[in-house]
Amino acid sequence: MTKTRTLLAALSVSLLASTSAFAGDVRIMWYSDGVEGDVIQDLLNRFQKDNPDIHVTLDNVAYKVIQEQLPIQLEAGQGPDIARVTNIKELAQHWLDLRPLLTDPKYWDDNFGDTLDWMRPDGSKAITGFMTQLTLTGGFANKTLFEQAGVALPGDKATWDDWINAAAQVAKSQQLPAAFAIDRSGHRISGANVSYGANYIGADGKPAKVDDGTKAFVGKLVDWTAKGLMLKDTWVSAAGSTYRAAADDFINAQIPFYYSGSWQVANLSTKIGDSFDWVATGSPCGTAGCSGVKGGAALVAIKYTKNPKDVAKVMEYLASESVVKEFSERTLFLPAHKGVIAKGGLKWGSADKNVGPALDKFVQAAGETLPAADALPPWKWANAYFAALVTRVSQVMAGELTLDAAWPKIDQDIADKVAEAK
Amino acid sequence: MSAAATLKTWTGAALAAPVFWLASIVNVPLKAWQRATGTGGMAAFFLAPNMAIFGIFVLVPLVINFFYSATSGTAYFLQDRTYVWLQQYQRLLDCGNYLDTATCREDLFWRAVHNTGLFVVVQVALMTVVSIVTALILNRAIVGRSFWRAVFFFPVLLSPVVTGLIWRWILQRQGLLNLIVHDLGGEPYNWLNDSFWAFTAAVSVSVWAHMGFYTLILLAGLQAIPRDLYEAAEMDGTKPARVFWRITLPLLMPNLLVVIVLALIRAVQIFDEVYVLTGGGPGTSTLYLTQYIYEIGFASLLRNPGLASAASILMGLVLVVLTLLQLQVGRRGERKGARE
Repeated sequence: MTKTRTLLAALSVSLLASTSAFAGDVRIMWYSDGVEGDVIQDLLNRFQKDNPDIHVTLDNVAYKVIQEQLPIQLEAGQGPDIARVTNIKELAQHWLDLRPLLTDPKYWDDNFGDTLDWMRPDGSKAITGFMTQLTLTGGFANKTLFEQAGVALPGDKATWDDWINAAAQVAKSQQLPAAFAIDRSGHRISGANVSYGANYIGADGKPAKVDDGTKAFVGKLVDWTAKGLMLKDTWVSAAGSTYRAAADDFINAQIPFYYSGSWQVANLSTKIGDSFDWVATGSPCGTAGCSGVKGGAALVAIKYTKNPKDVAKVMEYLASESVVKEFSERTLFLPAHKGVIAKGGLKWGSADKNVGPALDKFVQAAGETLPAADALPPWKWANAYFAALVTRVSQVMAGELTLDAAWPKIDQDIADKVAEAK
Repeated sequence: MSAAATLKTWTGAALAAPVFWLASIVNVPLKAWQRATGTGGMAAFFLAPNMAIFGIFVLVPLVINFFYSATSGTAYFLQDRTYVWLQQYQRLLDCGNYLDTATCREDLFWRAVHNTGLFVVVQVALMTVVSIVTALILNRAIVGRSFWRAVFFFPVLLSPVVTGLIWRWILQRQGLLNLIVHDLGGEPYNWLNDSFWAFTAAVSVSVWAHMGFYTLILLAGLQAIPRDLYEAAEMDGTKPARVFWRITLPLLMPNLLVVIVLALIRAVQIFDEVYVLTGGGPGTSTLYLTQYIYEIGFASLLRNPGLASAASILMGLVLVVLTLLQLQVGRRGERKGARE
């Protein structure tokens, strides 16, 4: 009898303990490009001190997990409570509408209003999260290599041809494997495509067929790769739409010019240190402009959470002005919070002399994006377009397809994706 | 009895006690079950856990996969998907000329099929030859024979991801091989960006990784060949090459057939080490069927679970044929063994 009673008591205690822990549990799936994982953990530790009833777990995962595994978890009605994602619009049906749970929805509308539409289904007024950072695609140049080669850095309105020619001279002089590299991503080449007049979006809002603008820049890119000016590894050494960054090649001074985006600033600063001087260049110009593509990572609440109130509380804390400001300063990310931007005075948390000017350059370049590029972040089919471009263009670079054969295949791949989603 | 022996006995008894106690508890329902169902029932009882695992992780997913292959849409729940029946198969098999992937609706699928076909032919042939040669060498009275046997088997124990990473670090542009080439005064080469060398690397690495297993099977076969046949051949002055073709190879044939069929099945399923090594590149020159299915089902932003399921069913059919072949080979070997 005593044994049974003890057993029952132990069972009750363990049940109570597990239930109370479960009630306040909030899991965040997070990926990092730089130091932001450490920063957010630090901010969350502070939140937990003030809110002992909520237990926040930060799961640091690879970007590939966010891209490949999270969508499957979401389709199955599973997943974390909050996630940091870049595939924001396409998965919007899985995000939780926080509006009824927030103490002050107006604060969100006022400060994140410009980007809220990026992360909710078309026509919805939901508040599903906020951008942890605004990003802009753009280039970086190894200033030291340019100086050693005696080649002047191309100026503000330099074209893609100007940059590649200059980088080619540096590569030749310094005996480097290539002049430049662009991340293996459709998103990265889209700013350049738009700069040559491309428009991905048809009159009906559905994907348009590949146009002359895209053909113009992609043709150049393929030609540069064939000539050995673009580092072949990044695009050719994988099949499908696999993402590959070329940051390590730039960090190891293997290429004098690298086209990626503002999110690399912290990464470059941390890994390059004082090995060489580098500068952000903005986006080189095409025939229609000098555009990059805006974007960024959003922190979104997942609608399958069992603790929506706790999730809303965590989101309110992370979206608060002081936290956003501190997060941006420490991670070197451009904030999406209107109040933080308007007040200015961000003290970038870096002693690296390259960082401040680089971020300023990206802020300046953000004002030069073309409307066709600005339309991409909230567009549902952007990722399908990007994926088809990467898959087929890398086949062309590998010599498996001609450019003429690639265009109808890109159109077909995108059309298949649209048809499949019906 | 010495104190040590007494202690040993007591320790043994203490350790065995919980086992006996547990056995006595389990024994009661088991005896009842045996009385009710007979020895056949006992076999079913012991097989049940394994069959349950097989059912949950193999049979049920297989059946579900059939349904997925008959649907379209981006949703993952079957009830949210649209039934299109054989449309995904039609899409996969829609081809002007099966030998020219450019004429196929799903050209990447057919490119993967072609790549897999070539990989299977070259890899299985190379695997078989290398395994026979290694087994023949390891069967001889060489110095440190046990050590060498362990050395050749060691890669089998490695995770395929580790294997792929090791060889990637060796073969990549700034890898070990290019360092050696550079130190010898040569021009470093981007091995993994050249479709010929990437294919060669994929085949060689998979042979390196798995040959230990097949060598072991062949070694067992070699050791089963009666020594007196070799002694008789030696007395007759038969040349070593003739001994190999007339004695060793015919008597090794049952093991060799098993090796070929197992290597075939494994080669068709090739994925992990090549995926890590080349990522399917350059371009799609090392994109094999399993990677295609993985990409189109999960990884690509153009993902299509229905198409991936249909492709996996088609691949499964090929594997069923190969497995039946393996069973046939196995039975023929058993019959031959029984006759002898």
